[in-house]
This record gives sequence, C-alpha cells and structure tokens, in this order.
Amino acid sequence: MNRFWIPLGIFAALVVVFGVSLKRAPEKMLVASALIGKPAPEYVMPDLLQPNATVDSATYKGKWVLLNVWGTWCVECRAEHAELLAIQRGGLVSVVGLNYKDDDDAARQWLQELGNPYAAVGVDKEGRVAIDFGVYGAPESFLINPQGVVVHKVVGVVTPELWQTKLLPLVEGKSS
Amino acid sequence: MIPEIGQFAMILALLLAVAQSFFGIAGPWRGNARWIQAVYPAVAGQFVMLGLAFGCLVWSLVHNDFTVKLVAGHSNTALPVYFRVAAAWGNHEGSLLFWVFVLSVWTLTVAAFANSLPRPFVARVLGVLGIISVGFLLFSLATSNPFERLPPGMPDGVDLNPVLQDFGLTIHPPMLYVGYVGFSVAFAFACAAMIEGKLDQTWARWTRPWTTVAWMFLTVGIALGAWWAYYELGWGGYWAWDPVENSILMPWLLGTALIHSLSVTDKRGLFKSWTLLLAIMTFSFCLLATFMVRSGVLVSVHSFAADPTRGIFILTFLALTIGGALTLYLWRAPLLRSEAGFDVVSRESFILFNNILLVISTAVVFGGTMAPIFVDLAGLGTMSVGPPYFNVMFLLPIFPLLALVSAGTFARWKRGNLGESRKRILSTLTLATVLGLAVMLGFYGDRSLLGPLGVILGLWIIASALVDPIDRWRRGLSVSPAVLGMTLAHIGLGILTTGITVMESDKLQRDVALAPGEQVQLGDYTFKFQGTEDVDGPNYEAVRAKIEVLYKGRPDSILLPERRNYWVQQQSLAEAALGVSWSRDLLATMGESVGGGVWSMRLQVRPLMRLLWLGSALMALGGLLATLDKRYRRVRAVATEPAQTTLTVQP
Repeated sequence: MNRFWIPLGIFAALVVVFGVSLKRAPEKMLVASALIGKPAPEYVMPDLLQPNATVDSATYKGKWVLLNVWGTWCVECRAEHAELLAIQRGGLVSVVGLNYKDDDDAARQWLQELGNPYAAVGVDKEGRVAIDFGVYGAPESFLINPQGVVVHKVVGVVTPELWQTKLLPLVEGKSS
Repeated sequence: MIPEIGQFAMILALLLAVAQSFFGIAGPWRGNARWIQAVYPAVAGQFVMLGLAFGCLVWSLVHNDFTVKLVAGHSNTALPVYFRVAAAWGNHEGSLLFWVFVLSVWTLTVAAFANSLPRPFVARVLGVLGIISVGFLLFSLATSNPFERLPPGMPDGVDLNPVLQDFGLTIHPPMLYVGYVGFSVAFAFACAAMIEGKLDQTWARWTRPWTTVAWMFLTVGIALGAWWAYYELGWGGYWAWDPVENSILMPWLLGTALIHSLSVTDKRGLFKSWTLLLAIMTFSFCLLATFMVRSGVLVSVHSFAADPTRGIFILTFLALTIGGALTLYLWRAPLLRSEAGFDVVSRESFILFNNILLVISTAVVFGGTMAPIFVDLAGLGTMSVGPPYFNVMFLLPIFPLLALVSAGTFARWKRGNLGESRKRILSTLTLATVLGLAVMLGFYGDRSLLGPLGVILGLWIIASALVDPIDRWRRGLSVSPAVLGMTLAHIGLGILTTGITVMESDKLQRDVALAPGEQVQLGDYTFKFQGTEDVDGPNYEAVRAKIEVLYKGRPDSILLPERRNYWVQQQSLAEAALGVSWSRDLLATMGESVGGGVWSMRLQVRPLMRLLWLGSALMALGGLLATLDKRYRRVRAVATEPAQTTLTVQP
C-alpha cells in the first residue's frame, strides 16, 4: 500500500455512497416534505360549492384532516376518487379538498358525476395555498392531526393499501 | 424536419467522437501516424455536427416549434426572441447538448493551437477529450434527448420560468459551462502525460494557459450567477451555499489551487504528482457538479427535474472516467520524482500552503454539501446544512489563506531567506492596518473583530501585490503580462475581500409594511414610499412602487421596484429596484400587498457592494492577461523540435 491509493480509495467510497443514495432518491422524493412534523400552513379559500362561504383551516382544529390537492385536469385524481369516498365514509378524518388551478364549473360537474368525498372544497385558482404547502402537482395529500401538525404527505394516488398500512395506523395512533 | 436533422447530427457527432477517442488513444500506442492524423478530421467533424445540432435546437426554439417537447416546455409565443435562444440552455436536455458543444469547441481549439506540441501527445489529449464527449453524447441521446417530439404538439408553450427571463441568466450558464468544461483540457493533458509516462516542466507550461482560461471563465460565470441572484431574486442575497452553488465553487477552489501548483511545476519542476492529482480532481468536481444538478441526490433550487435513471448513467460515467484516471495515477504517479528541494519560507512552500488551504476549504464545502446524504444514509433522519455552518467553517481556512497571500508574493523561489522582503512585508502590513482600522472604526464605526480583520487582509493583499510591479517600473524594467496578470488577479482578490467584509459587516436591512406617504430610516438614508401604479410588460403585468430616497435629508435617488405577475406560468415575482453607486447599493423589493395600498417591503443599504463585482472582474482579467504571456508561445516552439524527430507526421 502506498499513498497513491488514497485518492482512488476515497473516490470508490464516494461512488458507493452516491450509488446508494441514488437508489433511495425516488422514495425520498415521494415521502420527504419539509412540512412533516411542522404546523400546517393556515388557509382561507373560497368555497367551491357554497357561494360567499370560505373554507378555513381553523374550522378543522381538533380533527384529523386529509387535505387533498386535486383538479379535473389531473388524470390520476380520478383513480383515487373511490378511495377518498371510502375514507370520508369511514368518518375518522375529514377530507378537505383543495381544487388546484382548475375551472370551477368543471370541478362541480366532476363532483356531481363521481360523488363528493369532501367535507368542503376550497378553490385555489392561482395556487397560493398550494405554494404554502409546497405542492408540486396533483394529486397530493397531507394528513394533518388534531393539533394542526402535518403528519404525513402522499405524493400521487392515495391507494386503499396506502390508507390501510400508512395513514390509518397514524390516525389510530398505532404507528410511532 | 429541422429537429430530426439536429437529432441525426448528434448521432453523427457520437460516431465521430468514438473515432476520435479510438484513433487518439490507439494511434500513439501503436505508433501509427495515419491513425494519429485521423484524429483531426474527427475533431473538426464533431464540432461541425454539434454546432449544427445546437443550431437546430435554437432554430426550433426561435420558431416556436411546439411539436418538440423541449420547446413546448420552455418557450412561448409571448417570450422575447433572445430568451427563446437562452431557453436552449435553460433546461436539462438543452444544457447537456450545450455542454458537449462547448466541449467540442475546446477540443477544436486544442487541436488548432497545440499544433506545435508533439503530435502523439496532442493525439492522446484529443483522445481523452473524445472519451468524455462519447460519454456525454451517449447520456444525452439515451436519457435526455433534446429533440424528442410531442405528438400532436401543443397550441402554445409553457413559457420559460420567469426567474430565468433575465439578461444575467442568458450568459451566466454559458460562462459556467465554458469554464468547467474547460477544465477537461487540463484533465486530458494530465491523462495524456500519465499514459505517456512522462511529465516534465514543459508539460506544465503547456497546461497552464488552458487551465487559466478555464478558470477565468468559471470566475466570470460564478460572479455573474451571484450578480444575477443579487438583483433578480431581489432579496439582497448573492450567495446562499446552495448545493449547486457549492458544486461550482469547489472546482473553482481546486482550479485556483491547480493554477498555483502548475506554476511551481513549470518554474521549478516540483509537485509533479500533486499537480496531476489536482488536475484530475478539478475536473472530477466539474463532473460531480453535473451529477449533483441532474440526479436528484441533492435537493436544490437549481436542480433540473430529477431523474434517478439519469443519475445512474452519470454515476457510471463518473466512475469510469475518474476511476480510470485515478487508476492511471496510481500506476504512474510513483514514477514521478522531483529532484530539487526548497526551503521553508520559499515561494514553493507558500504555494504549498495555498494549495493545502484551498483543498481544506474545498473539503469544508464538500462536507457541508454532502452531510445531508451521509446523515440520511446513516439512518439519522434528514438534515440540512445551511449558511451558519458554511459562513463559519469556510472562513477558517480562508483567513489564513488570505493572510499568506501577501507574504507569498514577497517570497522567492527556492531560497528561504526573506531578507529585505521582511521590511516590505512589515511596511505593507502596517499601511494596511492603519488604513483598515481608519476605514472600519472611523468611517463605518465597526467594532467587530472580523470586519476590521478582513479589511486589513484585503488591503494588505492589494498593497503587497503592487510593490513588485511598481518597483520594477521605477527601475525601468519591463513587467511581463504574466506578472501583470498575477498582480491584477491578486488585487482583484484583495478588493473582493475588502468589499465582502465591509458589505457583510455593515449592511443595513429592514422589512416593513408601508402605506403611501410613510417613510423609514436606515442609517443616513430615508426611504419614502410615494405610492404604486400599474404597468404592463410583454408577458406580464405589474404593480410598480415609487420610493424616494433621501441621504441626510437631501434627495438622493428614486427606486421603482415591481411586483410582476406572469400570465402563462401564473407566477408572481418581485423585481427589485437598485440604486447603485461606488459607496453603496440601495435596494427596494416589494413583498405582498397587505391591503389598503399598504405593501410589505424589504429595504437595504449595502456598502461597497460594487467591489464584489469589480474584484471578480479584475481576477478574471488577470487570468486573461497571464494567458497572453509570450513565454507560453515561445516555449512551445522550443519544445517541438526534439519531440517531432520521433515521429514524422505531415500536418
């Protein structure tokens, strides 16, 4: 062994580190949100279904909330709709919709056709509330606990499996 | 049609790059003169093909061909033409094509200007550059094709990110690319020397101008990026220790070290294996920068859309090229011996300290940038390392580095006797201390420790850089461009140090909510908010505020910051207003409307901000001047003769 091995050795170790972290990059991007463990941003949005009313984050203090970002332009949102309905029926959490950069009439039409899983739907035309939540696109969902803290973030479709294994245990306090 | 031509040109360029690397490496190895000769047309052809491909991309953008995915994603009918051109490098796919194009320009320049160097050596250099080109072209074609179609096309594009719609950003990335792709030349020179198994002082002299030019572009690129962040992002920041900023700072630090160690290898034949290693490391960090920006390993504001497939590709390429170079190094470096020695206080040892400190500062930046990855891998959760770490840790090696610059300037080659230099060191230090304390305590009333210290160091560097040229000039001796360049670059460093220190320790900043007619006091400056008006731009509408600034009660300037709403991307941006003079910058940035005509605003006074840009510009200019020195050209001519006898090749 001589000292000229050192650079190659360090480099090899780095390649391993990069390789491993690359492998973990996708899951990291799906789960990580700077908001997890922090108080959810407060919001007041116009109500989609009741003119002149607002959807206010203060209303939901003391309840479990699943804030779901959706739009009629979003194909995957249709895929998670049935599960959202099921979650709402379960009654454990209030599903609050954030209608993201969408057309109001199309959104109302959508809810009429597919059923309304939401306790309330706020309209976020310019994506101002979405920016506070760090939303990249739709669908995204934030699980917020009764203290108003973001406990989990789902990027993409909320599947029945995901609800059963990840979100429900969090709500029921069975997961640390 | 045009995009297909571009695509085809890229494929041809890839084939030519393969030919270039094969003939470049195999030709000298087999001693086949015709193979060596074949490298040159491959280089030229590759340049033409990549120029054509890049031209096709620009054409598609300018003509808004929305059937091309890249165009649809980054251009728009309302976007001014020059921003459409800039969109060519404002995204992942396009910037990658630009990267290889720049590489082909460097390669062509080497082929054209190095024609007096030994042919086999040049062929090897071109061969190594060819391998890099193959890697990047494969990467581009396989994972990030800029000409990908989007059937059936879109009626209009999504527009370029408004943050990127700015003059500073149209030229900042090209400068950076030219800079860090340029370090591939030093890397190729190092690899060629290692393959040949021969490294002498002439090698260092050949490598120097190429390295210095690359360094100069990188300096300009980084400074432009800082300048852009400063006035476009509008919140007064110019350096945020963001992972991507760090990833371009690291090659710059190592490149600076390389320039200095090359001078020792050139002048004294020392540090050979170290210089080689630095040349490899500098370019490795350039590749690493590319990896970090595009792989999604690190989260940053600069990141292109992250894609792990791309990450794996670059990582493999990185492992092959850098791993290959380091293996070569492992094999060849032990054979390189330096016969000469040097004394403890000679210039050689000062440059050695310079190198050690620059490598330590690189390690500090690297450690901070990588820490989140290590912590994550160790299962300790997620963390981010921010300015508090860097601002403290980076200064630890940088202060001694700055302190040694002056003494190093006075030290002589080989000899350890400071002799009469001792007097010069003391007199310049005294001058700098008196001046520095007078400015900081007297004028700015700064009672901190770091403020005056930084200014004293900055002024000391300027004073001591000036001593030698003035001395020569008084004695009627000529000052060579190399010495003048070094002097200028060191003065630039001194000015930059002074500027950053004063600005950071004595800036004033307030975030306030102002109603029309209200005013705020910052030091001697009064900011009066007069009200707002609506204005329209080409692809946005804006609210413009009028702020009158008074200095000690007298009218000084008017600031007109804007809050812009871009239609297409529905993005709202603050356009800061700057009032610039040599003594200070005034900044006003509009936040949100609070209602009732009241706006939240950030108001700042930043003293000597201009020195940052002046210092950087002088450093770059110094680099350029040093490159123009005659000795680089003269030596080439001398070096050619014995070498060419081994192999006769018609040019």
